[in-house]
Amino acid sequence: MLDIKNLHASIEEKDILKGINLQVKPGEVHAIMGPNGSGKSTLSSVIAGREDYEVTDGSIDFLGENVLDLSPEERAQLGIFLSFQYPIEIPGVSVSNFLKTSINEIRKAKGEEPMGAADLLKKMREKLKVLEMDKAFLSRSLNEGFSGGEKKRNEIFQMAMLEPKLAILDETDSGLDIDALRIVAQGVNKFRNKDNAVVVITHYQRLLDYIVPDVVHVLMDGKIVKTGDKNLALELEDKGYDWIKKEVASL
Amino acid sequence: MEEFKDKLESNYIVFENELNGEADTAVHGMRRDAFRNFEKLGFPTKRNEEWKYTNLKPILKADYKLFPKREDHIEFKDVKRFFLNEIDSYKVVFINGVYSSWLSETTHQGYDVCTFGNALRKYPEAIDGYFNKVAKTDEQAMVSLNTAFASEGAFIRVPKNKVVDKPIQIIFFNTSDDREIMVQPRNLIILEQGAKAEIIERHQSLTDTPVLTNSVSEVSVGANAELHYYKLQNDVHTSSLIDNTWINQYRDSVAKFSTFSFGGRLTRNNLHFAMKDENCLTYMNGVTILDENQHVDHHTVADHLVPHCESHELYKGIYDDTSTGVFNGKINVHKDAQKTNAFQQNDNILLSDRATVDTKPQLEIYADDVACSHGCTVGQLDEEALFYMKSRGIADKEARALLMYAFASYALSEVGIRELKQKVNMLIAKKLGVDLDFEL
Ligand SMILES: Nc1ncnc2c1ncn2[C@@H]1O[C@H](COP(=O)(O)OP(=O)(O)O)[C@@H](O)[C@H]1O
Ligand SMILES: [Mg+2]
Repeated sequence: MLDIKNLHASIEEKDILKGINLQVKPGEVHAIMGPNGSGKSTLSSVIAGREDYEVTDGSIDFLGENVLDLSPEERAQLGIFLSFQYPIEIPGVSVSNFLKTSINEIRKAKGEEPMGAADLLKKMREKLKVLEMDKAFLSRSLNEGFSGGEKKRNEIFQMAMLEPKLAILDETDSGLDIDALRIVAQGVNKFRNKDNAVVVITHYQRLLDYIVPDVVHVLMDGKIVKTGDKNLALELEDKGYDWIKKEVASL
Repeated sequence: MEEFKDKLESNYIVFENELNGEADTAVHGMRRDAFRNFEKLGFPTKRNEEWKYTNLKPILKADYKLFPKREDHIEFKDVKRFFLNEIDSYKVVFINGVYSSWLSETTHQGYDVCTFGNALRKYPEAIDGYFNKVAKTDEQAMVSLNTAFASEGAFIRVPKNKVVDKPIQIIFFNTSDDREIMVQPRNLIILEQGAKAEIIERHQSLTDTPVLTNSVSEVSVGANAELHYYKLQNDVHTSSLIDNTWINQYRDSVAKFSTFSFGGRLTRNNLHFAMKDENCLTYMNGVTILDENQHVDHHTVADHLVPHCESHELYKGIYDDTSTGVFNGKINVHKDAQKTNAFQQNDNILLSDRATVDTKPQLEIYADDVACSHGCTVGQLDEEALFYMKSRGIADKEARALLMYAFASYALSEVGIRELKQKVNMLIAKKLGVDLDFEL
């Protein structure tokens, strides 16, 4: 589904991603872990199509299409979803109106009819329930004055509504207390099926107790330096990153 | 400009001659004084501080006909789209300045929704009490010019404790297809104690022949009365409008004015509130969205004469291409007007580096126990927000439109008629070139 080969990306002439290789298949959950500043958010932004980054080498294919030639909206319309580490506040745009526009723009791109207001509201209510969110949420301005936890929940709510094929969750767990974490994980698990995939970017093992990964990658200094199964996450939790750093240095 | 002034002078003589018996009335005395005042002042030029950024000269070059031919016939179906026709309403409609009974729906039941011409003949007490009493002519050349020729417009009078049961639409159509025309509507709106009304005003050309409208509205909002007034300005690119609206507010009254400026060649809005008695509440909201070489100039005044009044002003502007905007908001807090609350905010987005906006808050505060604030911003669309929206599948143009709508929407919050809000939303979407419904 997602096939990244030798991806190099830089910002302001500074190399951040230095040869990433990553393959994600339908039905899989991948976790990407790594110290701060290693390039995790950069990787997710480049996949989503943020134009500030320059891709200097390599390729990203999604469902057989080279997405590097596509705009962010075209990628989203293909089914790529990024849950932002720091969702931006957009005053004046309500959650419901934003979602309506988003869903219908995606449908329009696929040549489908817009979704009627009643169906939309019904679906919103359903998904809100899964995420244990109040429906008053819908009329609030997007992320404006939301707590850290509310912002993250709102991201997952949008994911649930848009039903993308690939969801990249950039530190969705940071800023969540244990209850919120459980609810968010529940939202993600409910979303999962054999046709979609999830990439979970996280610092901590605890989220992976709820969303169990098939593959765990360690990203350091712009490269994936180690790949393993869910036990790798447990090992990292236990021992930190230093041992991997040493292992990499000794190669 | 001089040429046009000369022409006005000869036209004035014609106008007087046609008045017959009316020439000796008090009203005509006022017209005559106003004309003299206009002659003395002349058209405002850029040397006048109040007109520094709005140049009338190019507009006044045209050879306007002052008394267009009598009513042109228009079929309702051809102009239906300019009305708010999803709801029942009273309508006072004019074609080239002449009242159109065919398109209008007036009433005298419980309140008067009719014409100024009718009031001149039938309601001398209303004319004596309010005409030329609310608007000031002294330094105002354009008000003086309008007063000199004042003969037609809308007349609305709502007696004590009456509530007008549906909105009132005042629409001025212009249809000339040969000669440029100048029209000077004169509206008089009187809400007596405890009265309530909602009014929508629109000036609309149906052809591309240049039109200059110099309109004066005098509005009195009596004690405990409530008026909601909406100005929908979306005229063709050859029409210009100078709107002079003067409002007197009395004790415990509420006046909410919204001005939507989306079109026209040149639009000048003079909106002047005088709080004459305590505990008045005033809202002035504006949404301006311009492109090409359109120009809008908002000059507003909140004149706090007495204590305990509150004014809120929020104007949002979006300027594309080579369009230009002016915002000049005055708040005068007089010496006795203690405990005044006065707030003003003007925010602008420039979409093109050739668009400009001149924004100037002007606060003159002579009382010491007041809460006043003002602010103005000029900026661009937030790129981070755009990326966020695009990453959710919203195309660039739509994402921009949604952000612009969000930006403007704060100034839409006082629109109390749902269908009107929908219409304004639709006009905004159209103006921004998208097919989006901004609400769920
Ligand atoms: N807009 C930017 N301008 C300059 N440097 C940036 C920018 N964004 C990220 N970086 C740098 O790129 C590196 C990787 O950042 P990031 O991808 O956010 O890491 P992570 O998400 O793993 O913490 C860091 O050194 C960071 O300082
Ligand atoms: Mg990060």
